[in-house]
Amino acid sequence: MPFDYAPAPESRSIVDIKPSYGLFIGGEFTDAKGGTPFKTISPATEEVLAEISQAGPSDVDRAVKAARTAYTQTWRRLAPAERGKYLFRIARIIQERARELAVLESLDNGKPIRESRDVDVPGAAAHFFYYAGWADKLDYAGLGPAPRPLGVAGQIIPWNFPLLMVAWKIAPALAAGNTVVLKPAETTPLTALLFAEICQQADLPPGVVNIITGAGETGQALVEHPDVDKVAFTGSTEVGKAIARAIAGTRKKVTLELGGKAANIVFDDAPVDQAVEGIVNGIFFNQGHVCCAGSRLLVQESVYDEVLDSLRRRLRTLRLGDPLDKNTDIGAINSAAQLARIRELSDVGESEGAERWSPPCELPEHGFWFPPTLFTGVGQSSRIAQEEIFGPVLSVLTFRTPDEAVAKANNTPYGLSAGVWTEKGSLILWMASKLRAGVVWANTFNRFDPTSPFGGYKESGFGREGGRQGLAAYLA
Amino acid sequence: MTATLPDVSRDEASLKSFLHGLPGVDQVGAEARAAMLSTRSIKTTSKQWAIDTAISMIDLTTLEGADTHGKVRNLCAKARRPDPSDPSTPQVAAVCVYGDLVSVARDALGDSGIRIAAVATAFPSGRASLNVKLADTKEAVAAGADEIDMVIDRGAFLSGRYLQVFEEIVAIKQAAGPAHLKVILETGELATYDNVRRAAWLAMLAGADFIKTSTGKISPAATLPVLLVMLEAVRDLRDGTGRQVGVKPAGGIRTSKDAIRHLVMVNETVGDDWLSADWFRFGASTLLNDLLLQRQKLATGHYSGPDYITLD
Repeated sequence: MPFDYAPAPESRSIVDIKPSYGLFIGGEFTDAKGGTPFKTISPATEEVLAEISQAGPSDVDRAVKAARTAYTQTWRRLAPAERGKYLFRIARIIQERARELAVLESLDNGKPIRESRDVDVPGAAAHFFYYAGWADKLDYAGLGPAPRPLGVAGQIIPWNFPLLMVAWKIAPALAAGNTVVLKPAETTPLTALLFAEICQQADLPPGVVNIITGAGETGQALVEHPDVDKVAFTGSTEVGKAIARAIAGTRKKVTLELGGKAANIVFDDAPVDQAVEGIVNGIFFNQGHVCCAGSRLLVQESVYDEVLDSLRRRLRTLRLGDPLDKNTDIGAINSAAQLARIRELSDVGESEGAERWSPPCELPEHGFWFPPTLFTGVGQSSRIAQEEIFGPVLSVLTFRTPDEAVAKANNTPYGLSAGVWTEKGSLILWMASKLRAGVVWANTFNRFDPTSPFGGYKESGFGREGGRQGLAAYLA
Repeated sequence: MTATLPDVSRDEASLKSFLHGLPGVDQVGAEARAAMLSTRSIKTTSKQWAIDTAISMIDLTTLEGADTHGKVRNLCAKARRPDPSDPSTPQVAAVCVYGDLVSVARDALGDSGIRIAAVATAFPSGRASLNVKLADTKEAVAAGADEIDMVIDRGAFLSGRYLQVFEEIVAIKQAAGPAHLKVILETGELATYDNVRRAAWLAMLAGADFIKTSTGKISPAATLPVLLVMLEAVRDLRDGTGRQVGVKPAGGIRTSKDAIRHLVMVNETVGDDWLSADWFRFGASTLLNDLLLQRQKLATGHYSGPDYITLD
């Protein structure tokens, strides 16, 4: 008799979603004077969750003004240890309201509750704790004797880790003494808006954090606002390039964290069972909506069959479905648009001659879903080996020697991350010195820690987030 | 794994190169996988199923110097009827006792179908000559043991004398005759997951019907990452040769939650084929009572408390 897991859904009653949300400016929720409001939905069911304001240029201006006022009148004058106190307080409130944040994140984003509960929310709290400690120690960050904040930071974040990206952006900016205007992604604004309530709860001085919602034009208005000193963006390479063009010739500083097409490289002496877990975690974590996802698997030919057999067997055990079910491994694709892109590129993969495989997997009727998918027989020349799919789709390639592995891994315009699987320590170090990627994971993948800098080479962007290095993006 | 295994036990060098050629186990990764599987949430009907399945997989164990005929008879009564207030409660799979108490268990269990496992081979240390170990095994089988739980010679294993360990298992297997042979690796003394994997393969190649984690006398005993590595070994052996070997974690599994986590790991590592008492056992003494407590809670909706669970 099979061991079926009965549904184990996390209760959504813990979170109170309002029918509509305003913009968080100057410490208060205010009505937008801009465009028509839009709706945010649950990608798992297409249920409308709330109506969200669209910030127009005058709203962006109000938010930047509020941030400027807070910067000049309160935040930069505050003793550094006091800034740290606010950040510690925010970190603790995130922990206290962890379940609420996790449920809301899974509802709005579609990611499994296991991930929002065990990765996103604790990671967000950890980031605030980490940077809270830096607030009164900036002189010792290795950036000169008395580093100064930049002023007002305009920050734009993506939909794949909505709350975690709030933390990655806001914690170092505030610790360094800046104030911020942050725009969450159009499809996932709810946890950022709950974070605004947390700022109120923490008694953060008004205007230090401002959160404005909207689509691309709102972000563009923020980037182009003349009183923004610093732009921090995480998202697609295409938009990153547009931002770089928009701020060229201005005094604005910028950090960009963009796309990736990471190689996950498995050598023949790898710990195979853990490598298979790492491959799964590398590409199916968060439905593959991860900029540093290990979307290209490079397997040494001598262990190809063994690794692929194990991988297929493992994929058969993945549990796809209700993001709020505590046993779900693969949740919903974040939006119809993203699903269309994943489908389009997968069809291209097939038409280019790669062999497509998915485990038997029933997809829910409503919402946006895509099964975990493997492509074998993929060459470097395939589009699915070159373009970022940003979905649960793995392209499998092979190599014969370490040199060939490096050449193939680096043969991409991106350079965000890479993974190396071998029991041989010297090979790990040699590979790490050759791979053109901001992060090289050895015998693991997709591990994040606030103490560790993260960022890309080449078209994956520039600037680092996390660690001491992450402070440099917000200090001069 | 190749479809057929070459004769790797023909000499020490071949055996060593085979065992050392097995893929390594990354400690961090194995522990992370075990931790992730521990987050599975098993509720309502699946919890009912898991509790009854776990009860039916128990080797109800008493291995104390103070064991007496009376103690063993009480244990056997409990094995036959774990919960007198609810006759629908399944029987356990086996009772596990020292060899000299097998005949007492035989009389007490009668035709219940519950099997008798005897620990043998100078349990728990295994520090005795082969002749003593063989005699220990033969006496237990002659007294009516259906299963023999032997220990490997960890000293020989850790000093790299794999062939000696191998040949000892082969000899005990032969001495055990029709009795099922469970080979205790005592993973707490092997120290690394690489060693656990090698010992598991060594035991399986030598003819083990079951591989078992621990004696229960050494801490740590059964842990989830160790179970994971052993399950991967039995899975890979069957993929390679078609032969299926059972797995028995023993020692330190005390709560229903622990037991359910083990079943989840079996389910997601090797699947349905191992989810029966023929292929998976729990070596435990106190686990049964917590399973009974949780079973009553599921049936009645409230906790009865320890006074309503029999102590034996």
